[in-house]
Amino acid sequence: MADEVVLLSSWFSPFGMRVQIALAEKGINYEFKEEDLRNKSPLLLQTNPIHKKVPVLIHNGKIICESLIAVEYIDEVWSDKSPLLPSDPYQRAYARFWADFIDAKMYQPGRKTWTTKGDEQEASKKEFLECFKLFEKQLGDKPYFNGDNFGFLDVAFIPLHCWFQVIETFGEFKLEEEFPKYFDWVKRCLQRESVSNTLPDQKKIYALACLRRKQFGLD
Amino acid sequence: MAADYGEVKFFGAGGSPFARRVQIALKLKGIQYQHFEEDIFNKSELLLKYNPVHKKVPVLVHNEKPLAESLVILEYIDETWKNYPLLPQDPYQRASARFWSKFIDDKCLPALWKAAWTVDEKEREKGVVESYEALQYLENELNDKKFFGGETIGLVDLAANYIAFWLPLLQEVVGLNLLSNEKFPKLYAWSQEFVNHPVVKENLPPKDRLSGFFRARYASITANSK
Repeated sequence: MADEVVLLSSWFSPFGMRVQIALAEKGINYEFKEEDLRNKSPLLLQTNPIHKKVPVLIHNGKIICESLIAVEYIDEVWSDKSPLLPSDPYQRAYARFWADFIDAKMYQPGRKTWTTKGDEQEASKKEFLECFKLFEKQLGDKPYFNGDNFGFLDVAFIPLHCWFQVIETFGEFKLEEEFPKYFDWVKRCLQRESVSNTLPDQKKIYALACLRRKQFGLD
Repeated sequence: MAADYGEVKFFGAGGSPFARRVQIALKLKGIQYQHFEEDIFNKSELLLKYNPVHKKVPVLVHNEKPLAESLVILEYIDETWKNYPLLPQDPYQRASARFWSKFIDDKCLPALWKAAWTVDEKEREKGVVESYEALQYLENELNDKKFFGGETIGLVDLAANYIAFWLPLLQEVVGLNLLSNEKFPKLYAWSQEFVNHPVVKENLPPKDRLSGFFRARYASITANSK
């Protein structure tokens, strides 16, 4: 019986992109339903009543919310191809710890760097750079954050890259100068179809951010 | 046999619900470990060395490999020592357990803390409303099961330990009635099963000490607001 897979997300959601990349890595066909986050569909509200957020993965009627949980689910269901989490428990814990770090520590300061101004923006920028530096250090000499192979932690982090130009521009700093290893890693990830087919054009994201800033009254 | 476990070090702090989650899991699985009790107001060099990122308990060190973040540690423990499984085998049920554990940490606990510790009345009220919402979701999710994990304690039960033990003491001190048999009969029944479980019972902080801590904190917050 064919699997029925539906993904509710938005083209610019880095969290949704994680799930898209995971599905692509596993070669799973699915239906992408674009959500207008300012006018959420009844389906979104029904399938994710608690958080009312994207992404929502629906697999044969089973609903999975929260992007990292959905990625692990995909990895476990379609375990015969392209494993995303390592098999060693310690390596798995390492991947989960740092993926949690991205969401708990890096994401909000990153977002505030382009959605706020003045002191709040300065503080957010500082926090973001500290977190980014710490996270980037984890790469070391490995080809991927996950280790020798592209995996869970790379899937968790690479979608945020398409938002980094926005953060750099409005935060007025350049990541490329200080973090060449990070950019090598980005290039490596973009060589994978799952990533290059999923990540939207940075220019489109930038245009969206400019629009949002006008709406927030920042520009 | 101790040799099977390798060298296991656990860094906890008596009153920390997050640390106790891990401690209970270690005990449920019968794992031999060395206990390091931390004073969270005076953290040891060793703790800071093993958890430089967050500088918090709990920390588990297995054969000199450190792990931090209670839910990450719980999954590691479950994958390394297979007896008394904390997570089910089915991927969808595993995703569900992870979702509810995260819900407790991201939504439920912050709501409870907002209701208990905020001095501003409007914010406090918001916290109470959010707390009821969160507890209702858990009540519905638990339904008629003995534990969130089914017949045995699972990941979600451990994540919810605060609700079972800390919350009843806290609400008494700050004058709230969030968890009660009347409002959430299933969750209340679960809390009794959980705190009376033979292993859990032996691995909870002393009630009077915890209440004392809450009282002192509440007194200082309300004093500062005057």
